[in-house]
Amino acid sequence: MKILINLFITFFKTGLFTFGGGYAMLPILKDEVVAKHHFATEDELLNYFSIGQCTPGIIAVNVATFCGYKLKKVVGAIVATLALVLPSLIIITLVASVLSHFMENDDVVHAMRGIRVGVAAVLIKIVYDLGKRVLAQSNFIGLDCCVFFVALLAVVFLKISSVFVISAVMLFSVGRLCFERRNR
Amino acid sequence: MIFVKLFYEFFLIGLFAIGGGATTIPFLFDLSEKYHWFTPQEVTNMVAISESTPGPIGINMATYAGYNTAGIFGGIVATFGLVMPSLIIIILISRILKAYANNAAFNFLLKSLQPAVVALVLNATIQIAQVSLNSLLPFLIFAFILIFMRFYKTGSVFYIMLAGVIGYALKL
Repeated sequence: MKILINLFITFFKTGLFTFGGGYAMLPILKDEVVAKHHFATEDELLNYFSIGQCTPGIIAVNVATFCGYKLKKVVGAIVATLALVLPSLIIITLVASVLSHFMENDDVVHAMRGIRVGVAAVLIKIVYDLGKRVLAQSNFIGLDCCVFFVALLAVVFLKISSVFVISAVMLFSVGRLCFERRNR
Repeated sequence: MIFVKLFYEFFLIGLFAIGGGATTIPFLFDLSEKYHWFTPQEVTNMVAISESTPGPIGINMATYAGYNTAGIFGGIVATFGLVMPSLIIIILISRILKAYANNAAFNFLLKSLQPAVVALVLNATIQIAQVSLNSLLPFLIFAFILIFMRFYKTGSVFYIMLAGVIGYALKL
């Protein structure tokens, strides 16, 4: 029961402080899920994101469901997902009903711009930390760097869908596996 | 009846929107054409508000669109419709993950995806930086937060909120 309550609080907090898309929740998840509660390791979190990216549904929900299921099976998955969407349900309902002018308030606009700058800063830090970690653990540094730069080029400049990029890397790795097996 | 339709339509969006919140946007435009629950102009507003309120964008948009169509209960139904496919599919995949947790080839595959995921996170960062770091002042706040992070280690939520307070105080 205690785990379920912690799971709920963690994902409620994540839903409440995620501004932007699914990846914006990565810094908060790393703090809460990995460092504070040890619900999952950093590797598992990255796996959840890569699988969540190319399976149907919102990435944020996919990651919450993964973490919840890992801890407490189906009940955990439902609790984590409910907790993640609850802040949105409450806030959007308020904004859409009584607070319709709230978002146009100058103070709110200024604070929101600041928040976005903060999210960018926190994300840059995460990219740096993740990059360092992946490099340190890599057995194929040259190849992993290539994958990183090609993937970056594909999504940033060629505007190729992230789903396609992850799927392509997966196919490439399956190819590598088959090739190594044959040469053994 | 409207609730069944809302649930069904958002269930479909949850099932076919692969790759994150922003991919739900075209589906919402389709809905506005199909049912006239809301106008395309309203969809644009929903996107803007969903991006600047807490919570993952996709969920915010489902709640907003549902609320717009059929009130509070509509918002709840649309949101549950959206998350239901994820819940089912990810639970199934979790079982596979567990079954193959000690499989070397499977772990190799997952690990090989990590550099690409880092690139995707960097892409998300660049997108947020592009809209938020559009002049000198936000850039200075950005630099301040980064330096602050080095000397005062705490959770990400604190830095994000600090940036919000600074933005408010400096009328960013």
